[in-house]
Amino acid sequence: MRRQLMKGNEAIVKSAILAGCRAFYGYPITPASEITESAAECMPKTGGVFLQAESEVAAINMLYGAASAGVRAMTASSGPGISLMQEGMSYLAGAQLPCVIADITRGGPGLGNIAAEQGDYHQVVKGGGHGNYRTLVLAPDSVQEMADLTALAFELADRYRNPVVVLADGFIGQMMEPVEFPQKATEPRQPDWAVLGTAETRGNLVTSLHLDLNESESHNLALEAKYRLAEQLETRAEEWQTEGAEIVLVGYGIIGRILKAVTAEARAMGLNVGLLRPITLYPFPTAHLQCLTNTARVFVVVEMSNGQMLEDVRLALNGSIPVEFFSRVGGIVPSTEEILNFVRIQAQRYLPAVVPEEERMVNV
Amino acid sequence: MSSEMVSEYTVVHEKAKSFYESYDRKEELPHQTHFCPGCGHGIVHKMLAQAIDELGIQDKTILVGPIGCSVFTYYYFDVGNVSAAHGRAPAVATAMKRSRPESIVIGYQGDGDLSAIGSAEILHAANRGEHITVIFVNNGIYSMTGGQAAPTTLLGQKSTTTPGGRSAATEGYPLHVSELLATLQAPVYIERVGLGDNKQIAQAKRAIKRAVENQVRGLGFSLVEVLSPCPTIWKMPPVEAQHWVNDVMEKTFPLAVLCDRTKEAVPRPLAAAGPALEDIPHLLGVHEEGLPEGNSAAIKRPAEDLDLRVRVAGFGGQGVLLLGEVLAEAGLDAGLEVSWLPSYGPEIRSGTSNCHVRLAGRPIDSPLVVEPNVLLAMNEPSLRKFYASVHPDGWILYNGETIPEECNRKDVHVLACQFSQVADELGDPRVANMVMLGALLEIAAVLPEASIDAALLRLVKNQRWVQLDERALARGRELYKEAEVSHACRG
Repeated sequence: MRRQLMKGNEAIVKSAILAGCRAFYGYPITPASEITESAAECMPKTGGVFLQAESEVAAINMLYGAASAGVRAMTASSGPGISLMQEGMSYLAGAQLPCVIADITRGGPGLGNIAAEQGDYHQVVKGGGHGNYRTLVLAPDSVQEMADLTALAFELADRYRNPVVVLADGFIGQMMEPVEFPQKATEPRQPDWAVLGTAETRGNLVTSLHLDLNESESHNLALEAKYRLAEQLETRAEEWQTEGAEIVLVGYGIIGRILKAVTAEARAMGLNVGLLRPITLYPFPTAHLQCLTNTARVFVVVEMSNGQMLEDVRLALNGSIPVEFFSRVGGIVPSTEEILNFVRIQAQRYLPAVVPEEERMVNV
Repeated sequence: MSSEMVSEYTVVHEKAKSFYESYDRKEELPHQTHFCPGCGHGIVHKMLAQAIDELGIQDKTILVGPIGCSVFTYYYFDVGNVSAAHGRAPAVATAMKRSRPESIVIGYQGDGDLSAIGSAEILHAANRGEHITVIFVNNGIYSMTGGQAAPTTLLGQKSTTTPGGRSAATEGYPLHVSELLATLQAPVYIERVGLGDNKQIAQAKRAIKRAVENQVRGLGFSLVEVLSPCPTIWKMPPVEAQHWVNDVMEKTFPLAVLCDRTKEAVPRPLAAAGPALEDIPHLLGVHEEGLPEGNSAAIKRPAEDLDLRVRVAGFGGQGVLLLGEVLAEAGLDAGLEVSWLPSYGPEIRSGTSNCHVRLAGRPIDSPLVVEPNVLLAMNEPSLRKFYASVHPDGWILYNGETIPEECNRKDVHVLACQFSQVADELGDPRVANMVMLGALLEIAAVLPEASIDAALLRLVKNQRWVQLDERALARGRELYKEAEVSHACRG
């Protein structure tokens, strides 16, 4: 298969259209703007709708309209814009509307900066909007995964009738790598629950309003049952040299890539290190983590945030194994070297036998 | 009553067919609405349902309901129903109409919904001339939440949040949304009507039907504002409330056709069908046959152990990112694994700009280049920033006559040269990036020239620039060879 060099942000759009997406509503923001620009270029010529909305608030509600009309639809933004979309995401989840939202994260809080950060984990994975709902969240680590996981996002959105977020950092969005696409486009579907303006769908209603309390509870429980099913069926993670690993590194997105380099260097130093890279952040790959506790002596979580995914790792391991944390925030990406140093310190604490004697002396 | 007697009835007036016969989505009392006695919504609902009946569009109609007293439009209207978030009906309606252009999309909003929280959405939907119809029911107050002030509340009017009456000094003046929207060029029809008496109600019915009919005819954005009584919140008996619309409300909100371009509006043609499914990969430029075969067979040395880590840095506008892109594109063409990662300031010009490029024989772990084996420093600040990061035995290519003493390292190779001046002599100082790339290609000595040529052709669209870039690359290769022979530039 021949590959082409492409930015992650562009790969998202092409993959979305191949997956049957025919509506894009966006609002410019660095570092996600290329997605909106690429959609402006590609949507009209493939028979889809593109519109630059007046705000992220309008964009997410346009997504609600497109999804109500039975169209595969998406938007893209970054932290501050995603914050504005949280109301709409709650409505989309409440009304059980499928759609895909790409969050190409930047530094925060507030205006922050335009460097890559991972501080959106809480607002996206835990759901920043009101009420009992979840969004399914996929975290690509390469341009190829930007394409592959966007296509998967549309499948999951339809299967669960729920918004799905593709959470990538500014690095993954802005960088170029070789990528290949499916050579066959997916036929846009027409779900039977949608409101199309036809005789057959005249009786359909899209709403998140449930005034009767018993009915409202049933609705909430039905949503919860969907999320439980997704937890059983949709969890995805990449395990990298984890067999027999005594130190398990955990990181997603660009950090997962850096941790592969760390793993290689740590193994060259004789440390038994492996990497677990969550691909679905919700549902979180709890079972994957738990399976590694047989050999692991310590888990090392690395994030470009103040420890947002760290909470999920701790919940997954539930105190069974120590969890250590290394992070850089504010838009600084941790270097391989500083993570490696941190891993060596953990090795001294948790695996003293394997660290050479003279090194221990030096580091004491 | 016997069946004979029933057969003698002549029905002269009946409930609109676009209403459900029985309101089964309601919890209780399925034969009456939830509206208070004397509320205007019931009248507006009826007029809208009649308009849908008369235009024969029940199956095609999508009603986008708001938040407010009229949140339950789907209890009553036997059409496709969608509930929008507070104020967002115009955004929801926009997307529904754009994706289903054959449908008739009607937004129904109150004055809190439309003129306060949803002011941006209605303004922009109107300004884009969305082909939707908006029914705007203005009773000057938030009714469902219990009587708080709205942007449309009259001066002096009491509400729970203006207990002393609305004051222009603190709450501003009543917002004239219809007048505001009528200043835009796109809307085809905006009219304010009232429910103050039967004559007004008859006019309101005509206006609502026209606003829907405009959409049926494909003309564009139409909005009807209806001044409507709210006896409960206004604390008035229904008849008094109706008179208040006529006697008081209208003084602030005069009834008028505020915009009518229906005569000159050109009906929108039906959208052409989208392309065939099998054409989409081609239209997106991702079909495999359209991609180059590449020149992996021509690679100059076995690539398994190749691990070229390049950092390119300079000012924005020096072609830093393009240099990296050509290198990555050529690497891919030669069958290598590649990554290109930009890093730049928010300024378009004159900010600092740098990129990370990796070319390798194996899958690339981190695309970040922290310890480059080649640094291309296109200016002095970039040299100062990155010279210390270069891997021992690596290369620094510096766009300057000599390396400043404090940046001089004995453990790396240095090629310092006025690349910009060389580029200027070739015809344009902006090709300094390609001169530097030429030197780098000699150092790395792995990429076939065919791959470089292919990368240039893909990335540089202007033929004049391609030729200039090729000359610059060749000059860069020579510069390296000359330097190697003479050691003149060796740091």
